[in-house]
Amino acid sequence: MVLLEDSRGLAQIRVDMAQTIFDKLWQEHLVEIQDDGTALIYIDRIFLHERTGSIALSSLQSDDREVFCPEHVFCCMDHIVDTYPDRSDDTTMPSGRDFIVATRQGAHDAGLTLFDLDDPRQGIVHVVSPEQGIVQPGVTLVCPDSHTCTQGAFGALAWGIGSSEAEHALVTKTLRLNKPKSMRIRFDGALSAGVSAKDMILYLIAQFGAAGGSGYAIEFAGAAVRDLCMEARMTLCNMAVEFSAFTGLIAPDHKTIEYLRGRAYSPADTYWDDAVRYWSQLPTDEGASFDREIVIDSADIEPQVTWGTSPEHAIPVTGTVPLDNAQAKALRYMNLKPGDAIAQQSIDCAFIGSCTNARISDLRLAASILKGKKVRTGLRAICVPGSMQVKAQAEKEGLDKLFTAAGFEWRASGCSMCFFAGGEHFGFQQRVISTTNRNFESRQGPQTRTHLASPATVAASALTGFITDPREML
Amino acid sequence: MDSFVQHLGVAVPLMRDNVDTDAIIPSREMKRVSKKGLGEGLFAGWRYREIGGREINHDFTLNQARYRDASIILSGKNFGCGSSREHAVWALAEYGIRAVVAPSFGTIFANNCIRNGLLPLVLDAPDVEKMSAWVEEDPTANKVLINLPDQVVSASGSEFTFQIDAGAKRMLVEGLDAISLTQMRQQKIEQFHRKRQVLRPWLY
Repeated sequence: MVLLEDSRGLAQIRVDMAQTIFDKLWQEHLVEIQDDGTALIYIDRIFLHERTGSIALSSLQSDDREVFCPEHVFCCMDHIVDTYPDRSDDTTMPSGRDFIVATRQGAHDAGLTLFDLDDPRQGIVHVVSPEQGIVQPGVTLVCPDSHTCTQGAFGALAWGIGSSEAEHALVTKTLRLNKPKSMRIRFDGALSAGVSAKDMILYLIAQFGAAGGSGYAIEFAGAAVRDLCMEARMTLCNMAVEFSAFTGLIAPDHKTIEYLRGRAYSPADTYWDDAVRYWSQLPTDEGASFDREIVIDSADIEPQVTWGTSPEHAIPVTGTVPLDNAQAKALRYMNLKPGDAIAQQSIDCAFIGSCTNARISDLRLAASILKGKKVRTGLRAICVPGSMQVKAQAEKEGLDKLFTAAGFEWRASGCSMCFFAGGEHFGFQQRVISTTNRNFESRQGPQTRTHLASPATVAASALTGFITDPREML
Repeated sequence: MDSFVQHLGVAVPLMRDNVDTDAIIPSREMKRVSKKGLGEGLFAGWRYREIGGREINHDFTLNQARYRDASIILSGKNFGCGSSREHAVWALAEYGIRAVVAPSFGTIFANNCIRNGLLPLVLDAPDVEKMSAWVEEDPTANKVLINLPDQVVSASGSEFTFQIDAGAKRMLVEGLDAISLTQMRQQKIEQFHRKRQVLRPWLY
C-alpha cells in the first residue's frame, strides 16, 4: 500500500501497489460496497440517444424522478434520423418522429445538453463525445448503447447499459455493479501494410470466439496498440462488446493528450495541467496482474472479412469458408458453402459508416483507394460520415468529391444502415460489404447478407464488385 | 418489479450459440417510445414467415403447439449478445418468459434481465443440452423447476446447482426496485460527489 496525495493536498487516496488501469478507475469511482457485495460506482458522464434515451427520459417523467446532475448528461440524435441531405424530423422509419420529438422534449425539460438534428456537432454518439472532448481519461461514462466501450480508447471506463440502468444512472449518478475480472490483450510487434484496427479486433474475436471476453474488462496493450492513432484505438475498443466484454480500454498516452487538447469540453486552461498530471498516473503499473492475458503477434494478422452471421465468423480475406457442420444455419443464410473462397464473392452494396469506422482517418483511407476510380457498375455504394464535423472536415479536404466521383452516395451523419430499424435498408438477400460491427441476420435489411471488413477492404471491394484484398490496391 | 422465487414451467430449447438481441427483437419491431407492446415482436425474424408480417412460421420451435405455454428458454452460449436494447427483455417478459438457461449471457442483457424480474440462469453447456434433450421428449410433462433461493434447477430427474451474484439474487427474490434501493444511500453519494468536485475540479 502507498498513500498518494493530490496536488492540492485535499484528499488522500490509498492505492494498492501495482494496479491495472481498470483497478485504478474502479477504485476512483467506488462510492461504497453494499452488504451483498454490490459496488456502487459513481458515474461522471451519461450519454443518451433518441432510440433508447427517449424511453428512459419519459419513464423518469412518469415516475416523477429527476436527473441528479443534468449538466453531465448529453443527448445525441443518431439512431433513427435520416441521413439524406434534406432530412427533417420526419423519418423514413415509420414513427421515427415520435422518438426524435420525445428526446428533444425530454432533454429540454430535464435541462440536458442536446446535439440536435440541426446542430453542426450532430452525429453518432461515440464519434461526437470524443470530438467534443466529453470523454476523458479517468472518467466513468455510460450510455444505453452497447458500443459505448468505444470511448474506453481514452483510458475512460465506458460501457453500454440498458434503459433501466440509464434511468438509475440519471437519477442517482451511480450504478450498481459487480466488479468484472480483468484481462489484458497484448498485440505485440507491428501490423503489416493494409492491416488496420478493424482487422485486429475481428482477428481476436475469430480466434477466441464471440463470448471470449465474457465477464472481463479488457485492456488493449502492446506495441501495435500504442502505434494506433486515437481514431483507430476507438475502432479497436468499439468491438469489445462483440467479444462480449464488459468493456475495452486503452491507457492514455501522449496521443490521447494531444487529441484532447483544446476540445470544447476538455479541461480549461487552468485545469489542463492538473488533469494531464492525473491522466499520466492512470496507466497500468509495472508488475500488475490480470485474471487473464492474451498475447497476439500482430504480424499474423491479415485483412479480415466475415463469412457468417456472428463477428466470430471472421477469416483472412485470402481464406476460404470453413468446414464446420455446426454452422450450417449461418452458411445457408449467407448462401455460402464450405471451401468457397471469400475473395471471390460478388457484392451488391458497399457501406462505409457507423461508430466503428466513419471517422476522418477512415474516410481518408477509403478515399485514397477510391481516388480517380469508379465503383463497379450496378453496385450501390454509400458513405455516411460519423458526425457532421467529420463530414465538414472531409469536404474541406475534398474527400466528398473523391467519394461521389467514384460513385458513392455522400450522406449527412447518423447510424444509418448499420441497422435496419424499419426505415432505409439494404435489399432482400443483398450481399453487403460493410465497415460496421454486426453481421447478424437481417441486421442491415431483410435477410441482407453482411460481410464485416475494414474501410480499406470495403473501398477496394466496391471498385471490383467482389470481396477484395485491399493490399492489391495499396 | 415482479419477484422471482420459484418457477415451474414449460421450457423451450433454442439450442444455438450467440442468440443476439437483434434476433430476440429486431430493431424494426421497436416502433414506439414505450416499454410495452413488444411481445408480438419477440423473435419476429424467426417466428413469422416474412419480415414485418405476422404469418406464423411453423418451423420455428417456439411456434410448435407443445411449446405454447413456454416460460423458460434453454439456449447456447452468449445468449443476448449484441445491442443493449432492453426491448429484448421487455419482449421476453411480455411473452411470458421468466427465465433463460444458457452457458453464458451478453453482459448488458443479463443486467437488463435482473432489472425486470427475469432470471438469466447460467449452467454448463452439457447440462443445458441434457436438459434440452429431456424436455424435447415431452415438454408439457417434463417441466423445469427453478428454485432461486436454493440456486437449484430440477429437470430430467437431476438437480443442477447454479451460481448467481448475491446482489442480483436479492434484487430478483425480493423484487426490489434498484433506484429506490440506491436512493437510500443518497447521502453517501452526495458526499462522494462533493469530494470529487474538489479532487477533479475540471469535471465540474
